[in-house]
Amino acid sequence: MALDNDTVHGIARLARLKIDDHEVEKYSAELGNILDLVAQMEAVDTTGIEPMTHPFDATMRLRADEVTEHNQRDKFQAIAPSAERGLYLVPKVID
Amino acid sequence: MTITTLATLAADLKDGKRSSVEITQDYLERIEHSQHNAFISTNADFALAQAKAADAKRASGDTTQLLGVPVAQKDIFCIEGTQTTCGSKILENFIAPYTATVVENMHSHGVVSLGKTNMDEFAMGSSNETSYYGSVTNPWRSVGRGSAQDPLVPGGSSGGSAAAVAAQLAPAATGTDTGGSIRQPAAFCNLTGLKPSYGRCSRYGMIAFASSLDQAGPMTHTAEDAALLLNSMAGFDTKDATSLDIPTEDFTASLNHSLEGLKIGLPKEFFGAGLDSEMAAIIETAVKQFEALGATVKEVSLPNSHLALPSYYVIAPAEASSNLSRFDGVRYGQRAAEYSDLVDMYTKTRSEGFGNEVKRRIMIGAYALSSGYYDAYYSQALKLRRLISNDFDAAFAECDVIMGPTTPSPAFAMNSKSDDPTEMYLNDIFTIPANLAGLPAGSIPAGFTQAGLPTGLHLITPYLQEAKLLNIAHKFQQETDWHLQAPPPADGALNSNLGGKH
Repeated sequence: MALDNDTVHGIARLARLKIDDHEVEKYSAELGNILDLVAQMEAVDTTGIEPMTHPFDATMRLRADEVTEHNQRDKFQAIAPSAERGLYLVPKVID
Repeated sequence: MTITTLATLAADLKDGKRSSVEITQDYLERIEHSQHNAFISTNADFALAQAKAADAKRASGDTTQLLGVPVAQKDIFCIEGTQTTCGSKILENFIAPYTATVVENMHSHGVVSLGKTNMDEFAMGSSNETSYYGSVTNPWRSVGRGSAQDPLVPGGSSGGSAAAVAAQLAPAATGTDTGGSIRQPAAFCNLTGLKPSYGRCSRYGMIAFASSLDQAGPMTHTAEDAALLLNSMAGFDTKDATSLDIPTEDFTASLNHSLEGLKIGLPKEFFGAGLDSEMAAIIETAVKQFEALGATVKEVSLPNSHLALPSYYVIAPAEASSNLSRFDGVRYGQRAAEYSDLVDMYTKTRSEGFGNEVKRRIMIGAYALSSGYYDAYYSQALKLRRLISNDFDAAFAECDVIMGPTTPSPAFAMNSKSDDPTEMYLNDIFTIPANLAGLPAGSIPAGFTQAGLPTGLHLITPYLQEAKLLNIAHKFQQETDWHLQAPPPADGALNSNLGGKH
């Protein structure tokens, strides 16, 4: 099942990726092959089967509502591509 | 050339034959002179400082078993103050601000971290060819031979760890396994590799690929070493919400238990079409060895195992597409140099920072989770996951351990499968089911093909029965010497000026 070029661009946009025009055909074929592999799933009747989201159906633990983290802002912002006065800098979002 | 185990080094340290600084220095030199591209980075000052501290502790009476023993760390584990790339360009400049719990646990046992090993980008791959930092060569054939044969891949994603241990650049290494990434490279490089039960080792500080499948584990020469290293890695961690809150276990305690009466199950689905006939014969011989140790063998069935690969290639990419959304050029990692607005910055940063395999998997995941496709793909995959898990429950009602080949074929040549992603995926056909079910599974050296390439015997045990698995592996290794075989010296790590040291 090859995907058409618009679908490839659409998925890329959802994933915040850009696929160059000269690569679209390649991606279309490769993603199509993966979907063909996955298509074997369709043949199985899974009516009444409970989805298994996690091995052993373990549930997430809850912890006491106490402060456990201390402020490490400066340490974490030291590795940011762009930070200033305690803020992460990104291009202007609102004009 | 003989292999050096963790147990041997621990004994040498205990007896005062060598110091941790001497041992660490020796391995750092080997790494420096090696040609396998097994490491992305080393930090000699950091390793030697740890070794020095370990020697000081031992002098003051500390008898922790692995104190001062050096180990290589897969570059998926954050270590505070050191570069952690996960095999990706997007993290080329990332200096981790904290340390993964697994590594911290090892450090608290006195283990020395030699350096960070190469890996497929974000652990997505079965050949180590998707690493931004270049391919790794398999020490069992790292140069072309005679004809136009290419060097072999070490497997992946923990290919650098496997090559490092096989080439004796480290006595052991950590790996992670989402669909076979510890076991397949262990099989390709003649090592013992163990993926513990899901939840046994903390995932905190281990860069996430597919969170409901990822699990850290040891890659070693012997089952005994795997038990020793797992002892230092495992444990409950409040920082990982899926970490198991269970009492600590000594995985070495039952290594020598008798295998009399052990019931081995051979799933007929693992011995069908697609399995190399030479591999099948090797596995058959290995199983006979267990019969000689008092085990009985019966055929079992995992009727839904053919659905493991399809469901995995929905679940893992879906989780990956969500996990990898954090790489946006805002808080850490690389950011594109030029962009017009916020969305353009995200898009350029990610498009420049990720390689093709990572992009493919993110896109498959985004597609499977997108509106209108969620039920057909993601929900259906999770239901099949349940069926696959139920198959194991039924099989383990009839046997204590499931055995089969780890991989359908031995190590393949570089560049032979990298153009066809779906063919590459078939490498993990036998290993993926245990990840979906969360079960402990391991690969141990099973013998060599006519061409002299290692093969792996795959062992799967019920939930939390790592100790049983290691007991089975250890007893086999007492009777066989496959695991003691080292790669041919011409390809191995030790070049002429280092070869005579041990």
